[in-house]
Parts: sequence; structure tokens; C-alpha cells
Amino acid sequence: MERLPYLKLVAASLAFGTVISVLMLQYDWMGDAASTAAGPIDTLMDVTIVISSFVFSIVCVALGYALIKWRVKPGDEGDGLPIHGNTKLEIVWTLIPTIIVLFAAGYSWVVMNDIEQRDPDAMTVNVYSQQFAWTFGYPESGNKWSEGVLHVPVNRQIDFKMNAQDVIHSFWVPEWRIKKDNVPGITTDALITPDRTGTFQLICTELCGAGHTTMRALVVVQTEEEFEKWTRSLEAKVPEDLLLTADQAIELQRQLDEAEAGSSTGPGQNAEQS
Amino acid sequence: MAVALKQPGWYRAALGTLLGAAFGFLLVVALRAITGLDVFQTEQTGYPHVVVPLITAPFGFLIGFGAFDYWFRWAAGRPTVADDHKDHGATKWQDYFKFNTDHKVIGIQYVVVTLIFFMIGGMLALLIRAELAQPGTQIVDANFYNGLFSTHAVVMIFLFIIPMFAGLANYVLPLMIGAPDMAFPRLNALSFWMLPIAGIIFLSSFAAPGGSFDAGWTGYAPLSTGAPLGQSFFNIGVQFAGASSIATALNFLVTIITMRAPGMNLWRMPLLVWANLATSLLVVGATPFIAGAQFMVLFDRILGMNFFQFLEGGDVLAYQHIFWFYSHPAVYIMILPGFGIVSEIISTHARKPVFGYRLMALALIGIVVLSYSVWAHHMFVSGMFDWLRVPIMITTLLIAVPTGIKIFSWLGTLFYGKIHTYSTAMLFCLGFIVTFTVGGISGVMLGMVPLDIHMSDTYFIVAHIHFVLFGGSVLTIFAGIYHWFPKMTGRMYDEKLGRVHFWGTIVGTWGTFIPQHWIGLDGMPRRVADYANIYGDWNLVISVFAFILGAIQLVFFYNMIVSWRFGPKAGDNPWRANTIEWQVSSPPPIFNFEQIPRVVGGPYEFGTPGARHAIMGDEDEPEMPEPKPSTVGVPS
Repeated sequence: MERLPYLKLVAASLAFGTVISVLMLQYDWMGDAASTAAGPIDTLMDVTIVISSFVFSIVCVALGYALIKWRVKPGDEGDGLPIHGNTKLEIVWTLIPTIIVLFAAGYSWVVMNDIEQRDPDAMTVNVYSQQFAWTFGYPESGNKWSEGVLHVPVNRQIDFKMNAQDVIHSFWVPEWRIKKDNVPGITTDALITPDRTGTFQLICTELCGAGHTTMRALVVVQTEEEFEKWTRSLEAKVPEDLLLTADQAIELQRQLDEAEAGSSTGPGQNAEQS
Repeated sequence: MAVALKQPGWYRAALGTLLGAAFGFLLVVALRAITGLDVFQTEQTGYPHVVVPLITAPFGFLIGFGAFDYWFRWAAGRPTVADDHKDHGATKWQDYFKFNTDHKVIGIQYVVVTLIFFMIGGMLALLIRAELAQPGTQIVDANFYNGLFSTHAVVMIFLFIIPMFAGLANYVLPLMIGAPDMAFPRLNALSFWMLPIAGIIFLSSFAAPGGSFDAGWTGYAPLSTGAPLGQSFFNIGVQFAGASSIATALNFLVTIITMRAPGMNLWRMPLLVWANLATSLLVVGATPFIAGAQFMVLFDRILGMNFFQFLEGGDVLAYQHIFWFYSHPAVYIMILPGFGIVSEIISTHARKPVFGYRLMALALIGIVVLSYSVWAHHMFVSGMFDWLRVPIMITTLLIAVPTGIKIFSWLGTLFYGKIHTYSTAMLFCLGFIVTFTVGGISGVMLGMVPLDIHMSDTYFIVAHIHFVLFGGSVLTIFAGIYHWFPKMTGRMYDEKLGRVHFWGTIVGTWGTFIPQHWIGLDGMPRRVADYANIYGDWNLVISVFAFILGAIQLVFFYNMIVSWRFGPKAGDNPWRANTIEWQVSSPPPIFNFEQIPRVVGGPYEFGTPGARHAIMGDEDEPEMPEPKPSTVGVPS
């Protein structure tokens, strides 16, 4: 049996994998970034792309080499070598992928914990979604509310508390990289720290009916001062009919009490309350 | 006419359908009238006078068609009639339109019917791509669009991929294990006839008030519990498709476990048999969950129960847990039989034993076990318990390991082989390896929680699912059809047209589904009828390739139909394969074997002179050379 040209095969896999990785990393796949979560997530994506490129390259090189080397000559009716397997090799290609995926899982876990780190100074914003509109309540600004447009201050963690009024909707701002379903009956939450001012689009990503395609909202990220000025310009309080369940009303009351207590003791005390 | 109505057949089936429908309708009307309710309840989710006949009419059809004649007779304790096998086998084309109990006839019935549904599902897909070719709304409105992608998915999953694999295995598997038929031929026929019923129910939902079911193939509550009448068609159609699947899986399990030819121990079973064993274990364990989930939705809709009505104390997330507990294993139901097909074809055309045969079989079982523990990776952003995410992420990524073993072992099979690429079946297998690897990689990315949070419900998912279902399952289906076409029809298909079909399909698949990864990552959500202008160019490219992909399938259909009628005679064993189905005539005789074969060795003993898998006749057992243990790349 002929010995395989290991070195050449490894070199070819490395070379091809490098070419794919370099090409793939030239482009910013996830688009613009505008939250603190985007950095770690995009890095994780890049690492995954590089590992995947080499895996893909190994498969292609092995397949290509086999086809060039052992494609049968016309008229050859013979059989290949009766090789039934190779235990060592099989252990290797079980263990190495296991190590790779466990690394990927561990790294993902670290990133997940990183982006879900709760900041004691986080500001609560309530999200109410319904077919086919978004409404936002700002409990720390006297429970004022806005419809179809979300304003948040930059560089401060926002704790979005999401409630759906009818069917499941999903809250996604691609530049923030974070997505969370709004589920009727329960309150879900997402922690996001926008780190760039500007306007973005909030997209509903869970099929919610005929108007799903157009269920969007405008997101405005602005400085703290601009944000406060904007909230002062809002008038009414969140309408009661957006609060569907008793739990929701209790939760809102808790948020309002907390905001009240926070403003009387000053912002420095917030850490102890959370 | 009166005689025709007494005999099982189409006349009696038509009568049975009418009687069944009338029974269901009158039952509802009478009960509602007696209890003082409005006789016709036509609120959005109601229509019991439509829903109940939708259940009873198919039973009327099946009874009229003769599916239960033997069982009724037996259950009633009447004298046994010796079976004269008149409903077994096919000598003329009409025999394919009967309640036929021959596994080979049923196999062909399955393949042909599922290919028809493949065409229908494909046309729905092309309508979707036509609408999405340009931003804005041109062809269909948003409501109809939601119905389009929902029915596209349901038809492709429940009426094409899953039953197509059941059909191919139906034909091949009993032959492969040296059995004269499946263990339960009547149940087998019943399984088949439930399929067109499911298909007709799904497609007729387009005629329902409010349009076809449009909550996606996932049918998430509470969107589905409040949807118009069409959703009930989905709930009921799934019951028939699911019952068909479960009955077939039970049939395969019993057949594989009890009807293997003497000498065929587990380690001599061809990998296709292993793959169907694994798939059937998944089907019988998981499919009842989707049946249950859809019953619960149906009950919420028409009986006012509160499984998923959140204002009445129902649990919205429970639907997703139950649904995915089936529907994640379902993706393995849709790929494991394909793995089996690829193993058969690669070994045969590389003229080499499957590399690491035992690990290949164990990897299948490993996938079965793991696949029951990964369902919640569809729910990372759903608002379920946070703690469930990490364990599910780990099991999800680990499932890449047995899948990787399969890919590497196929490559290992090619090394030191004599690779023939003249067969279209082999080309599809090689194309599958590369394409499926991409689908596997994007699957690993989706399994990683932080990436999934961004990618979930975008076009990246659409790209991934099509890379594994089209680039995975469908390519293996084509491989399987080409490979066993000579066995099923006795004739050879045209390899030149096969090549055109192969290259067109590969180009179409990559051209259609690769750019979907890009626009998804960049922010285009899935299940939308319209999108931002910046995605317009890529969507046009995708639509053009989708139409190429659709058009090239016409070559396949032409090749199959014309070759079936006019192709050159294929001979018994055109691929020089070892497994038992190739040792009988093409097509095989009515009960497959004059004499049950005796299995004397492994299924893939290429390259060992004198090695045999099975002995067909009275012949004495040959002296078997012991296969020498060999190693790769180590010079001895």
C-alpha cells in the first residue's frame, strides 16, 4: 500500500483553509455594530469562521485528492484495497472534533456571560408589542410612553422588559446583535448597552400575522441630556389596557416605586437597590 | 354498479368518502341542534361542520378502499379466508392504483406520489421567489404569502422528504435483508394511502375561508390557535401524515428485527438498514409529540380548551417545547436515511468496504440518542429558562461529532478505492458531502448561543435549513432514486441527462442558498413578504438561481419518465454491488426470492477475493477468506 503524502495534504489543507479564512474575514458579515455586545459576538463569529474554514478545507482537500488519485482508469473492473477501517484514525476524528466543539461551547458560554452581565445602574424600559405595532414605556421618566419610536440614552445599560399583547413577537435591532421574543403571558427581558448614537430599525422577527413584514419601529439612540429632554416632551402615562395581566401591573408598580426611591436618594444609591 | 360498490376499490371508496363526510357533518349539526347551539358556527377558528367531516371522510375513504376489510373480518370472528395474494404485486399499471400490499408496489407508489408533491412544493417555492425577486409587493399579498411559505414547508417536509425516504426504504430494505416482504403488508399499504389524504387536506386549505394555514410550518401558538379555518386543515393533515410515518416506522422496526435472512447479524446489516433502524426509533419516539401538539391546538381552536391561551392560564412556551421535541429529531428523520443511501453508493462505486463500518453504525445510534436532547436550541431567544441554554448548546454542538464521523468515514472509503464517477448517483453523493458540510458548519454556528441570538429568525436560518434539507436530504434522495432506478424499473436511465441534472442542481443549490446566509447576517428577517431595498440585488440573484434550480428538475422528470418506458434493459446488477437486492432480477420477482438467501459475510467485502455477502440458491457455503485487518498509510 502506497504511503499517503501526509505533508502535502496537510499543507494543502492549511493553505486552502487560510485562503478561505482570509477571504471570509475581509467582509463585515454582521453589518454595523452599535452595542457593547456586538464586539464579543463579532469576534466569536470571526473565530468560528476561521475554524470552519479549515474544517471545510480539510473535507475539500481530502475529497479532491481522492478523486484525482483514485479515480478509476477506463476499463479497470478491479476493486479497491480491502481496508475496513483504522481504529487510531477513527479515534482521532472523533476526539478532535469533540475538542473543537467543546471549545466552541466554552467560548460561547464566556461570551454569553459577558454580554448578559447586569449593570447595577441599568435603566428599565418596557416594551409592549401587539399586531402590528411597538409601544414603549419609560418607568424611570414617570411612566411616559411612546408609540412606534424607541428612544434610549447612549452608553447606559437598558433592561428591556418585554410583554406581548396577542401573539409572539420578537425584538431585534441588528446593530445591537440582541434578539428576544415577546411572549404573551410572561415578561421576557434583554440587557443591551447601546454604544453609538444614531437611528436604527427595530424589526419584528417572529411571524405574527399578515402585518409581520411591516412591524417595525424607529430606534433613536441619543445622549443622556437629549434623551431626558425628549422624555420631558412626552405627555401621557402608559395606558392601562397595555397591562394585560395582574403580574404586569404589579411589576410596573415595583418599577415605578423603585424609580421614585432612586430619584429621592440620588443616583449614587442605585447599586444597593438592585 | 351494485357489485362494484361491494368490492373494495375506487367506487366504494368514493361512496365511503361521501358517507364519511355526511356522517361527520350530520353528527355535528344534529348534536349542535339538540344542545341548542347555533347549528353552523362560523367564527374564525370554529367551523366544526367542516373540521369533523375532514376527519371522518378520510376514514370513509380508507374503509371503502378496502384498507380494513381483512381486519374487520378478523375482528368480527368470521371464518378466515386463505389469502390468495390477489392484492399483491403488480402486473399492469392499474395495480398501482389499488390497495396493494406488495412492498415493491408500495415503494413505487410512495416514490411517485412524493415526487408529485415535490413538484407542487417546488412551485410554491418559485411563487415565493417570484414575489421576493424585487422589493415591494408584486404578485401576492402578505396574507397569501404567509400561506405560501407555510404550505411549501409542510408539503416538502411531510409529503416529500420524510415519505420519500420511507418509500425508497420500503422498496429496498426487505430485499436487502433477504425478506419476502415487510412484516405487516396491510399496515404498510394503509400507511401509504394515508399520505395522499394528508396532502389533499393540506392543499385544499387554500380553498378555506381566510386562506390556507399561514402560521408557518411551526404553527406557533397563539398565532395558530387564533388563525382562520385553514389552520385546522394543518392540524388534521399532520395527524394523517404522522400516523402514516409512525405505522411505517413500526413496520420497519419489526421487519428489521425479526425478518433478517439467516446469518445476517447486526454487524452484517447494510448501513441503509442501520440508518432506517435509527430513523424508525426516532419516528416512533418523537412523532407522537407533534401529533399531540397539533391536537392541543385543534382543541384550543374548536373546543375552547386552554392549553396555550395565555389569558386563561395556558402556557405559550409549552407549545414550542412539545413541538420541537418532535421537530428537532425530525431533521434527523430527514437525513439519517440519506446517510444510509450515501454509504451504500459510495462503497459500491469506490469498490471498497465502508471505512469504519461499526463506528458508522454507532454514529447513527449516537445521533438518535443525542437528538432527543437538543430541541431547545430552537428556543434560545424564546424566553424559556435561561439555564437550559448552556446544556442544550453543549449537546447541540456534540451532535456534530457523530455527523463528522460520517463525513470523514465516507472520505476514508474513497481513499485507496477505485472510484467510478460514471453514475449520476455517485455524483450526487460526492456533491452531497461538500454541500452538507456547509450546512453542518452553519448548524454549529447556530448552536452557539451568542451567535444564535443574532441569527435566529433571519435568512441565515433559511439558508441553513435549505443547505441541510436540499443540499443534504434532497441530494441523497436523488442519489437513491438514480441508484435503485434500474432495480425498480429494470431499465437504465440516461447518464448524460443525469449529469446535466446533477450540475444544474449543484449550481442552483449553491447560488440560491449561499447568498441567503449573507443577507440574513446583515439583517434580513425570515418569513417576510417585503424587505429593505438594500437586499434587492441579492434577492434577485437568489430568485434567478431558484428558477434555474426549479427548471433543471424538469430534466430529471423527463429522464425518469422516458427511461422508465424506453430505457435500455439494465440487467440485475449494473453497479456490481454486493448487497442482496442486486442478486435478484430487476425488477425482482413477486415474493423477492425463490428461496430465502443465507448471509455469510459483511455487505461491503470489495477487494477480498472470494468474499460473499449472501448465497442465493442451494449452493453450499463457500470457504470464506478472513478479511485481513488493514491499516491506512502505514507501510508494512
